[in-house]
Amino acid sequence: MGGFRHGVHPPGLKELTAGLPIRRMPFPELLALPLRQHAGAPARALVERGDRVERGDKVGEAQGFISSSVHASAAGTVRDVRLWPHPDGSMAETVVIEVDPVSPQRPRPRIVPEWEGLTRDEVVAAIQDAGVVGLGGAAFPAHVKLSPPDDLDIDVIVANGAECEPYLTSDHRTMLEYPERVHFGLRVMMHALGVERAIIGVEENKADAIAALRATVPPDLDIRVEGLTVKYPQGAEKMLLHSLLGRKVPSGKLPMHVGAVVQNVGSIAAIAEVFQTGYPLIERIVTVTGPGIRRPANLIVPVGTRIQDVLDHCGGMTPDAERIVFGGPMMGNAQPEPGAPILKGTTGIVVLTGDAIAGGAQLPCIRCGKCLDACPVFLDPADLGRLARAGRYEEMTDLRLSDCMLCGSCSYVCPSHIPLSQLFGLARSMVRKLERRAKEAAGAEAEPAKAGTGAAA
Amino acid sequence: MSGSERGTGSGRGRLRGEPESRTGAGNGGGTDGGGPERLHLAPSPHIHAPDSTSRIMWTVVATLVPVIGAAVWFFGLSALLVIAASTLGALLTERGFGERGTLGDGSAAITGLLLGLTLPPGIPLWMSFLGGAFAIGLGKLIFGGLGQNIFNPALLGRAFLQAAFPTALTTWPALADRWTNVYASNLALPLLSPGKVDVVTTATPLNLMKFEHQGTDLFHLAVGSTAGSLGETAGVLILLCGAYLAWKGYLDWRIPVSILATVAAFSGILHAIDPTFPGPLFMLLSGGLVLGAVYMATDMVTSPVTRKGAWIFGLGIGVLTVLIRVWGGLTEGVMYSILFMNALVPFIDQVTRPAAFGARTATREAR
Repeated sequence: MGGFRHGVHPPGLKELTAGLPIRRMPFPELLALPLRQHAGAPARALVERGDRVERGDKVGEAQGFISSSVHASAAGTVRDVRLWPHPDGSMAETVVIEVDPVSPQRPRPRIVPEWEGLTRDEVVAAIQDAGVVGLGGAAFPAHVKLSPPDDLDIDVIVANGAECEPYLTSDHRTMLEYPERVHFGLRVMMHALGVERAIIGVEENKADAIAALRATVPPDLDIRVEGLTVKYPQGAEKMLLHSLLGRKVPSGKLPMHVGAVVQNVGSIAAIAEVFQTGYPLIERIVTVTGPGIRRPANLIVPVGTRIQDVLDHCGGMTPDAERIVFGGPMMGNAQPEPGAPILKGTTGIVVLTGDAIAGGAQLPCIRCGKCLDACPVFLDPADLGRLARAGRYEEMTDLRLSDCMLCGSCSYVCPSHIPLSQLFGLARSMVRKLERRAKEAAGAEAEPAKAGTGAAA
Repeated sequence: MSGSERGTGSGRGRLRGEPESRTGAGNGGGTDGGGPERLHLAPSPHIHAPDSTSRIMWTVVATLVPVIGAAVWFFGLSALLVIAASTLGALLTERGFGERGTLGDGSAAITGLLLGLTLPPGIPLWMSFLGGAFAIGLGKLIFGGLGQNIFNPALLGRAFLQAAFPTALTTWPALADRWTNVYASNLALPLLSPGKVDVVTTATPLNLMKFEHQGTDLFHLAVGSTAGSLGETAGVLILLCGAYLAWKGYLDWRIPVSILATVAAFSGILHAIDPTFPGPLFMLLSGGLVLGAVYMATDMVTSPVTRKGAWIFGLGIGVLTVLIRVWGGLTEGVMYSILFMNALVPFIDQVTRPAAFGARTATREAR
């Protein structure tokens, strides 16, 4: 299926790890579990210094509905609950656990929830309790997507196996090695949502994964496995729905507004585990790859393992390595701090060397229009970039800045190396700030708002 | 890092826990001899398509080499001298008045070369030089440099020369008999009237058509063995170079296709109504149409950014060119057509801006 128009064709670069079976990484000495690993409110710590925890014990409780719990990914002693480097660049409240070196790391015996007897609310609660979030990168709590408002009619679940980012292969290996788990997770989700139909969308460069999924579809379920054109950002929710179903999510709306729930295949497999083994989300599959790592691998990594420990396990970095990226190279974040931990949403660690990194002097825009041809949501990045540099944020709102997904396609193609998506990210936070300020001003006093003049501030 | 079963290896002590003890960005990679000196922080995306603005520009320059070669073949060394003079004028002006280091982006070289290709072979070199300086100085730098200009700088340079030195710009020497040929008028000193220099002149195919209703053999037109500006005669060669650039994605094929199709269609209709009007093939191959359509109108800075806009832009140029050629006072209309449409580009871009993904569905729902 071709589907969405525009987009870009970065090299796949997946051959480094596409053929490597998933293996388990040994437990590290130390775990750092940030209480904020998901979109929404941070969890609240349930443990304090000196507490003994077993593997799978809850150490952070979800705060509110759009939040998620955090669990110990290994048995050990809580050394502290303190600020620790977070992969987003900040310092964040983190449960630091010294791993017990002699523990067999067996989780406490637990009751596996019997999904068939559960109502939707019970399934949702179990998933929230298990701390499952979107494993595709954004880490949106998984249970929230299973609780759409009652007035919306959901008729299909879309499993996102596109994995359109270069280098990454964790979803690929998941689908190839654990296809039944994906199907079982879909079964539970279909049960919870009362949906009859599911589609798994996989980019065609993963033919073996498509075959594995097709061969294992349970006969009693309507699950279709569809190949997708290899194109970035095929895995963006709006693009995926357009490619698979021909449904266009209206500007400013969500997939559920066109009757679909989209979930990443890794998250679906994690949901399956909750109802198969009773384990919460305490480990995930991480692709460790890139030209700057000595032994690339697809690893099962305990959540909270520090970057350094993962890299060391993979033979360390080469001397010419220059950048550590969490996630794919198109949207991932560069990491300054090797002590920061792997999060639930960390799809991969890509270590880039000088020649793999985008470089080049920045030149003025020559209006070549390549960014317009790249933008999957049909914006005018050239004009938006001009406005962003001039600080004219309000005009950017009129040009639908809010529809930008920050996918980076425009920056990728720009021959003048203008950091367009970075400008748009900054502009978005500026717009939010201005809106907040305008709201405050309107609420505080009937004084005429002068938001327009404050744009450059 | 052998034998590190626990996966932390010899580097385990260093990062043992406390964030305070971290050594800042860098020195990751273990202590086993390897490991980078420092880590870079930068926003995503971390990879980039291989194209760069400089590469686009210098590729365009490279494709002009065969066109220049053809000009030398037909008009002798004069061609090289005229093009060199205009390019020198452009480069020196960019170097002298532009920001530092902008020569490397290749755009000034393109402007100079293209201007040279639009000039008659016998033009005095000082005029050619002046045209190049004008094109960069008042065609580009005054607007703020690369990417800021409204009009195609090379064509603006030519328009200036045509206004300042109408005789020199419409004096067409006969084809050269040897490639070493240098027209005497090339060497005229500044402000000396070129008319005083004795040169065998001839008429361009468009002159012949307009004033004497005399056609020119289509084969000569296609190959380029006719009188005319330096780079405008070898139509087929220019089309080949343009096809290469389009294949590389360095020019928008929609613009030349729409210009040429419009000219062919419009002149075809006129020719069918009244056969004294020139036919479409003559229209396509004569004058500067192919050079203008392939190299001038496609200048990224001065053409629309939208696909739909490119079609409209080309349509406008095609219609105006035929109008000027058939009913205007001038024999050639490509230059003014492009300059006129350049001025409309911001407007074209605005009206052809694509609707954002899902914007239409959103509006429909709101109703």
